[in-house]
Order: sequence, then structure tokens, then C-alpha cells
Amino acid sequence: MLTSASRHGLATLLLLVALALLPPALNALGEPFYIGLGTRVLIFAIAAVSLDLILGYGGMVSLGHAAYLGVGAYTVGILSFYGVQNGFVHFLSAAAISALVALAIGANSVRTTGIHFIMISLAFGQMLYYLAVSVSQFGGDDGLNIDAQSAFGGLDLGDPTSLYYVSFCILVVVLFGLDRLVNSRFGMVLRAVKSNEPRVRTIGFSPYRYKLTAFVISGTICGIAGALLANQNLFISPASMHWGRSGEILIMTILGGMGTLSGAVVGSVVYISLEYFLSRLTEHWQAVMGPLIVLVVLFAGGGLVALLAGRRVAGAGSR
Amino acid sequence: MSAPILAVQDLCLRFGGLIATNNVSFSVKPDELHAIIGPNGAGKSTLIAQLAGDRLPDSGQILLGGADVTGLPSHARAQRGLGRSFQITSVFSEFTTLANVALAVQAGAGSSFRFWKRAAREHALVEPARAILDRVGLSHRADVPAGALAHGEKRALELGIALARRPRLLLLDEPMAGMGPEEAARMVELLAALKGSLAMVLVEHDMDAVFRLADRISVLVYGRLIATGSPEETRSNPEVRQAYLGEDE
Repeated sequence: MLTSASRHGLATLLLLVALALLPPALNALGEPFYIGLGTRVLIFAIAAVSLDLILGYGGMVSLGHAAYLGVGAYTVGILSFYGVQNGFVHFLSAAAISALVALAIGANSVRTTGIHFIMISLAFGQMLYYLAVSVSQFGGDDGLNIDAQSAFGGLDLGDPTSLYYVSFCILVVVLFGLDRLVNSRFGMVLRAVKSNEPRVRTIGFSPYRYKLTAFVISGTICGIAGALLANQNLFISPASMHWGRSGEILIMTILGGMGTLSGAVVGSVVYISLEYFLSRLTEHWQAVMGPLIVLVVLFAGGGLVALLAGRRVAGAGSR
Repeated sequence: MSAPILAVQDLCLRFGGLIATNNVSFSVKPDELHAIIGPNGAGKSTLIAQLAGDRLPDSGQILLGGADVTGLPSHARAQRGLGRSFQITSVFSEFTTLANVALAVQAGAGSSFRFWKRAAREHALVEPARAILDRVGLSHRADVPAGALAHGEKRALELGIALARRPRLLLLDEPMAGMGPEEAARMVELLAALKGSLAMVLVEHDMDAVFRLADRISVLVYGRLIATGSPEETRSNPEVRQAYLGEDE
């Protein structure tokens, strides 16, 4: 008999094994085109997992998370624009600049809670969106073409399978690292803040420092996802940081199950697959997607992961 | 004779024309359980709020372990050994009972900016937490989410969280509030067992509990302390009987 926690761990492992085997399976089926779709799933999974850190464990509902996706992607695009092709420079810069942006936004927003936090995160996200629209040097509204993928010596990110596995490895590292983090001392304080912030103060913690640190970690990871996105599309436009995109990342996290990390991966798999296949069936695909999301939220409070692995894994519960 | 852990001198607080705390002076010895009783509206909660640092007095002094803490905020008093259990239960419902206490242990055990090691496997946090659960009689409920505890158990957990910070002085604001007779009896046992290991200031309406537990009792009426003495002295004090206890007889 497995406990729900180990069942959850096993389900996560199976999911990752399935994702690891996807490219050879698609090649065997003669459908290598779908590897690109898989990469998109992985990139958004990284973004959704990063959001889950502050949403599911920190109680911060961010409606501006796509901003970091955009910051990471534009960092790669702009470095390429100026002829810098080194992949390490690309990814380290994307992470560092996302971290700084998250620090600036977080310092001004994590003191607020509830609807105020949602509105402030939305406002900052849209500010960056309009900034990208207005800078005509980097394409403005039309977006910016990127000449080539980030160069990592012998590793060619232009090869879809390579990009897939690089994204996969980053996702695994992020999942593992965040799983350690949410169960560490730091993670316990963060989850306690979500549960009962006034009580956290009375036992002697200042919640602000913990929330801000989590916010910066989250933004940094999402920025790395943005750098991957730039490599996949070789194009970046303000649309990728529009608040509607933030909403999609939020939906993936909630759909899969908040406060589970791997739920965000499930959410990304389901959302992007549905988006792709439904949109080929009908241009009104959102009319199908919408009710599906409503059903999951209504009938599976803990998201799809709770349906799959038993209800009690969700939330900042057992340790 | 040991020096008092808490000394209150000439404490005054006014709300407009109302004197909520009127020249209150008393002291608590390091191993004493000192009860404060009084009719509704006597200013007990206001007095506790000043001791805890939630409210600043207009004048007077509060000494904790000999040091003046009159102007210090509540978290600074907590760091100097003042613990507090709240009138309204406030726990981390999603955490297990053990994790609730372990988090409070963590607050007094070095930096919490540690991102890698699993807190649930840190003996330095879990062992003291287990010892405290043992003390408050919740060992058998260690792995239950705190939200699923019965009311009396939550009150005991509340006490456990306060104890986890190893206070020298514990302020207990109506620890029996809302409890049935059985739960209240269990809380009395619990507090009786804690007696002697730390100082406590108890504000409570349950007179049986107060007279059973207290070493000394201070009686507060209209913001003024009219008497401080042993339970026997308090029971036989004519002024107290008239002002307060007399209501029952």
C-alpha cells in the first residue's frame, strides 16, 4: 500500500519517463513534427512550475508571469541582435535580468495580498508589454527575428530533438530543486505564510523577505523558460508577454493542481495538447477548452493531479 | 528570593475619558503562575495587550527579566522570552500538528534561509517539537493536519506553539475559552504540569481553574488592581468579595 505522497512521487516519475521517451516514440511513429510541440509543452511546464512556487506554496496569484517569459526571450533576442551568440551568455543573462526584474516588481508587490497583488502583478506585466511594443529598434509590435539559436559549442539547439532534451533536463532540474526547496526550512516558512500570515509574524518571522525571495526565484526560472522559447521560435514579440499569456500559465497551474509542482507539468501537457488539437478541429476551440477547465475546477478541487493520484496530495499539506 | 521575571510599575492607559489601566503595579516570580481576574470590562485584555506589546501604555514601566521592554514591539519581546497564547485559536491548518510546532522551533533555531535540506528530517527541529507535543499531550496526533484537530486539541497546540519558542514568561489569554468541561479539565491538568518550569500570567473566566492553578491572584476592577494575594487571601478578601466574587453568593 502506497502513501499518497509516494504515489504522487511515482506518478511524477512515470510522467517524466514518458516525456523522456517521447522523441524516440514519435520518430518510430514517423511523426517527428510533434517533437516541437513537445518542446513547447516542456517550456510552458517550466513556466507553470515556476508560477506554482509562488501560487501554490506562497499564495501569490500572479497575473503577470508571462512578463518573465518575455524578459528571458527578449534577452536572447537582443543579445543576438548585437551579435552575441554564446549560449552560456544568453541563458545566464536571461536568468540574471529576469531575477532583477522580479526583484524590482516583487519589492513593490509582495507586501500586498489577494486582489491587490493580482492587480499589481497585472499592471507590472502590462507595463513591460507596452515597453516591448514601444521599442521600435527591436521590432516593436512586429516582434524581433532571431538569426540563430544560442550557440553551445557542439550542441545544436536548432535540432528539435536536442532542444527538446535540453528543455527536458532543465525541467527535471527545476522540479527536483523546487521539491527540495518547498520542503526545506525556507519552504516551510513560505507555506506557513500562505496558511496564516499573522501567526507567522507572532512566532517571529518577517514574511516579506521570504515572499520576495520566492518571487525572485520564480521569476528567474520563468526567464530561463523564456530563453528556451526564443530558441524554439527564433522570434520574439510583445504578444508573448501579454497578460492573456499570463492567464494561460495560471490556468495550466490550476488545471494540473496548485501546490504539487508536477501538477503544473500535467497542466501544461493537457493545455497545450488540447489547444493544438482542438484548434485544428475548429477555430472556436476556446469554446471547448473553457467548459473543460470549468469542469476540472468544479469537480477536481486539487486539479488533475488530485484526480490521478488521490486527493490528499494537493496543497501545502503533509510533510 | 529570586528577582521577578516580570515587573509592572504604575502602568496607565486612557481611552479618552476612560481609564482602562489605572496605576497598575504587580510582579511575577520566575516559577509563578499569576492569575488576573476581574469582571467583564475590567481591562484585563487591555492589560495583556500592553504586556505583549500590542499596545503602548501612556505611562509606567514594564520590566522583563530586569530589562525595560516598555517601548518594544511584540516580536522583540518574543525574542526576549515572552510567549503568548491567543484568545482566538490561530494555527497552520494545512500543516500537521508536528509541523506546526517544528515551525515555531525553527523560528528560534538559526536562519530559515536554508533551501535544500528537508525540514521534516532535521532532528534539531523535529526532536524538540516531539518533546513539546508530549508535554501538551498531542503526541498521538503528531501526523494529523492541525485543521482536523478538535477545539480543545487546537488550544493545546496553540500552547505548544508558544512553548516551542522556549519562553521564560507565558501570557495565557483565556486558554479555556469555548471549551467543554472535559476539555477544560484537560487544559487545567496541562497547565498544572507546566507550573514551575516557567512563569505564567493567566487571564481566565473559569474561577475553578484559576483557584486550582494560581499561586497568586490579582483582582482588576475598573482598570485598578484592588488586591493581590494567594487564592485563600483572595477568597476571603471582603473588598474582592464585594466587587466581584460576591456576585455568585
